[in-house]
Amino acid sequence: MIVPTQHLDPRIFGKDVPMAAIRSGFGDGLVIAAERDANVVGLCADLTESTHMLPFKEKFPGRFVELGVAEQNLAGVGSGMAAMGKVPFITSYAMFSPGRNWEQIRTTICYNDRPVKIAGSHAGVSVGPDGGTHQAIEDIAITRVIPRMVVLSPCDAIEARKATIAAASTGTPVYLRLAREKTPVMTTDDSPFEIGRAQIWWDTAQAGPPLQPQVTIIATGALIHQALGAAREVASKGIGSIVINLSTIKPLDAETIVAAVKRARRVVTVEEHQIAGGMGSAVAEMLAQRMPAPQEFVGVRDEFGQSGTPEELIVHYGMDLPHIVAAVERVMHL
Amino acid sequence: MGPGRARTSSDVMTTSPTNGHEMVELDDAAIEKLELTANSIRESIITMLLAAGSGHTAGPLGMADIFTYLYLHGLRHQPSNPAWPDRDRLVLSNGHICPVLYAAMAYAGYFPIEELQTLRKFGSRLQGHPHRERLPALETSSGPLGSGLSQAVGMAIADRIDNASSDRTIYCLLSDGEHDAGATWEAGMLAGKERLRNLIGIIDRNNIQIDGFTETIMPLEPIADKWRAWNWHVIEIDGHNFRSIDGAIREAKAVFEKPTMIVAHTIPGKGVREFERKYEWHGKPPDQAQGKMALDELRTLGGQIRAEHEGPR
Repeated sequence: MIVPTQHLDPRIFGKDVPMAAIRSGFGDGLVIAAERDANVVGLCADLTESTHMLPFKEKFPGRFVELGVAEQNLAGVGSGMAAMGKVPFITSYAMFSPGRNWEQIRTTICYNDRPVKIAGSHAGVSVGPDGGTHQAIEDIAITRVIPRMVVLSPCDAIEARKATIAAASTGTPVYLRLAREKTPVMTTDDSPFEIGRAQIWWDTAQAGPPLQPQVTIIATGALIHQALGAAREVASKGIGSIVINLSTIKPLDAETIVAAVKRARRVVTVEEHQIAGGMGSAVAEMLAQRMPAPQEFVGVRDEFGQSGTPEELIVHYGMDLPHIVAAVERVMHL
Repeated sequence: MGPGRARTSSDVMTTSPTNGHEMVELDDAAIEKLELTANSIRESIITMLLAAGSGHTAGPLGMADIFTYLYLHGLRHQPSNPAWPDRDRLVLSNGHICPVLYAAMAYAGYFPIEELQTLRKFGSRLQGHPHRERLPALETSSGPLGSGLSQAVGMAIADRIDNASSDRTIYCLLSDGEHDAGATWEAGMLAGKERLRNLIGIIDRNNIQIDGFTETIMPLEPIADKWRAWNWHVIEIDGHNFRSIDGAIREAKAVFEKPTMIVAHTIPGKGVREFERKYEWHGKPPDQAQGKMALDELRTLGGQIRAEHEGPR
């Protein structure tokens, strides 16, 4: 039922699935992007190591700027460098960039039409023990609402590497949502990735014997691993589904989503983010106009995060596999 | 050379050409021309605000001399070729004084002077606060205070990455009121750390902001010492004296391994006695009667400037 053309790692459901942090894929991708384009520069606000900018800094010291704990300045300086033809990647924790410096991002980068790439690490509650102050669960909402902004939310380290390389050449502002913890590496070098394209990872119509899909599960970020597990579990109960990896939240791939929902007319969205304004909201806004569908939202329900292990927090806020299964079962009754 | 002393261009001429950009010496005739142009720009500012029916009066009038100096003399630029890659960059951080920016650009030849009358109108390239997309000759869009210096610092760093011996100058014009914003200081610290000799800031030190006098709202003094503490070279000048402005710019270009901040003491509303030094004129336009009074005074003043220069010689 895994769609073979996705070239996902065969160990995806196993205990031996490789693990890596999404932010480390960003670090790898930044070095590659910088090797390809001499205009790529890196700016950081006192978090060089934990945003995985260190390899870039060591390889290209003359193209790295350390600004200290100054995220508003980070955005403005990035805009100014872009004005001179640079392709700046500005990095911090998502809570601070695009959290603290939203207006500078909106005005000096997006309104000003400067192709600055905002890499926000430590997004989601899975930041863990640092607690609610550092868990950005509003970042998708505040970035996707800004005109011109491309919003990327890669699902694993390999996809983060590809997203970073692709972000460097869009000519637009980009928000790259990154996570701190090690999470399953589900994609491979051969897996398709393109900004603006949703990827269908799971389709029970392609199973042998085929099972008519009834639910379209759309997930973004590392939680797609849980969503796939949920799809497998409900399939064993006779509920067929399609699972979409939505790593580009804006621009939204309406064609792929509408085509899937035509086949499986109930929708469950899964994201490590506030339900309000997040990826599920983006999907609902589009479907309400193109193909109205019953929808369940898996995400944070108007609360702040707190300390705990990533696993504890994902369970507590209702975003783990059993909660996704429950959401699928609920949407079947809508 | 310490701050606080009025300078003449001869003070700095010997050390000025560090950057290969030889500015023309300002003689009396050139200064007279700049003064007359500044006066015309002030008249345009009044007529623009009258046509727009909204906008800021005090700041644009107060900065007319500095903008006239930059756009008609100091800047290395090509108004007929705004995208010329080797041009200096000018970032206006306090975008609300854009009537003076637009007027100076029009007088420099970027667009027809008649277009100034479209300020703030639907479909105009002259948005209420500058928008680069509408008017591509602008270096940036601005208005929200405290963001311009960051962008100028980014430009200066990028310029140095491309060419360590670049002789391009990045100018940033700031208000005093926007020093209340922490982001201004974030940018100032970075510029000092990076020793951006290609960066010149000019503060419109007019002592007013919307709610009142700056030293009442949020005291800024000692503003020059604050910039020195961030490792900037600081020069204080009379912002209405073209020789002082010219001397300060030349001195700034001669300074190595430091950015320079020029604290330009200006009179808000300069040129129209009724508007001068009154914070009430920060954010409102004149009505028709006040506008007529202002234009009459500026036209008379223009005559005075001409007479003064004609007199003693």
